[in-house]
Amino acid sequence: MKDFLTRRKLLTGGTITLGGLALTGCDALSASPGFRNFLGTGEGLTMAAQRALMFGQPLAREFSERDISPVFKANGTKNPNTPAYNALATGNFNAWRLQIDGLVERPLSLSLADLRALPSRTQITRHDCVEGWSAIGKWQGAQLGPLLQSVGLKPKARFAVMHCADNYGGGADMYYESIDLIDGFHPQTILAYNLNGQPLDIAHGAPLRLRVERQLGYKHAKYLMRIEMVERLDTFGRGQGGYWEDRGYEWYAGI
Amino acid sequence: MTAQPTSEIVYRHTRIVRIAHWINALCFLLLLLSGLQIFNAHPMLYWGQAGANFDTPWLSIPGGFPDLLTLPNHRDLAAGRNWHFFFAWLLVINGALYIAFSLINRHFARDILPERSELKPRHLWEQIVHHAQFKRITGPAAKRYNTLQKLAYVAVIFVLFPLIIFTGLTMSPGFNAIAPIFLDIFGGRQSARSLHFIAANLLVAFLVIHLVEVVVAGAWNEIRSMITGRFTVPPAPAASEHTS
Repeated sequence: MKDFLTRRKLLTGGTITLGGLALTGCDALSASPGFRNFLGTGEGLTMAAQRALMFGQPLAREFSERDISPVFKANGTKNPNTPAYNALATGNFNAWRLQIDGLVERPLSLSLADLRALPSRTQITRHDCVEGWSAIGKWQGAQLGPLLQSVGLKPKARFAVMHCADNYGGGADMYYESIDLIDGFHPQTILAYNLNGQPLDIAHGAPLRLRVERQLGYKHAKYLMRIEMVERLDTFGRGQGGYWEDRGYEWYAGI
Repeated sequence: MTAQPTSEIVYRHTRIVRIAHWINALCFLLLLLSGLQIFNAHPMLYWGQAGANFDTPWLSIPGGFPDLLTLPNHRDLAAGRNWHFFFAWLLVINGALYIAFSLINRHFARDILPERSELKPRHLWEQIVHHAQFKRITGPAAKRYNTLQKLAYVAVIFVLFPLIIFTGLTMSPGFNAIAPIFLDIFGGRQSARSLHFIAANLLVAFLVIHLVEVVVAGAWNEIRSMITGRFTVPPAPAASEHTS
């Protein structure tokens, strides 16, 4: 019995010590960029697997009016509050323009009225924050795909980079995001100007935000100013394809 | 009759079982700790399709779990997700190989699935009483998994791990578009998140019982058998030899 207790103590002590060492090691590994890249192979696998299973561009689930969340949580920047943005907001975004340029044949500049005059899509979808919460809202906007077709993509265009009017937390870096052409041409990928039947308010991204329904919330860039078609993403921000991607989050945010 | 029977050594665990066991143990530990990191980003759980700060959670842990229990051990959701998804893939691949090999070499049929006679209430009751007394199983009976052990492994392999994998996938907006039926099976993304958390807790409960049983059964012998495959059968007490 004495022997048994000693063994147990040894085992418990050993397990705790080993566990502690392992966790300290894990934290050191977490801080190492090389190891983070190694862990990042999981993202590549997830993207390859999900894209392989997305036969025929399946849609994200659409809900009914009664599923709409009573309060749609606003997250990230809730007001860009820069002089340029405030001037646009004061003028009811009449002076606001969306530029579509980069690797396109016919660059375009659209007012909010131009966008509202285009055929629109309305979808009641679930917004999933990377933090874990979800909210359901009714979005209305112009599909991105036909717009990209109308400007004529050059053969080298692979990504759409969304340039935004906000700098999250008042920092030096402006918010930006990027999606590839698979999501760019997905029917539910829209430039939304209405939420729940009302013009988008400032907290939710006025005057225009991206909806890319098969990915997490941070991909749904708010306060859109410019869509630039590009071949590569490494020349923007810190080179990872988006504001949060530059801070360690996955570029493929389908999970 | 010899007073001290020579201890019998049997080859208990195949190489596949041993390798799969330790890869699974590593994955589970890292998934648990990184999972708590992810939970802490929004330490509230809901039922249904949606749920955020203005809705009523069924569980709320203000401040979340202590940093000591999370991976990394400070707030870093991005790194927590990197860890979680990498080891989720490893767990799934390892589990799939284990299941494939165990079907082929009949490990499930031979060792894991209880026989019909083992499921009789009387036998189960005897097993429960035996376990509740923390008695070490000895003699020939120790060469095989006992009935409660088999049932626990069946629950973990065929219920809890599939449940935690598919509830995890059901939180993925990409997977929702691929297989929307899982939203109906689990009752929505936030229900899936809650069930994922509950399944993790049940797996922790299994792990605690598993470790206690390893100690009861003889820690060194058990651990060694899962490393080398060789298991020393604990000799049955002399008294019971007469009765049997």
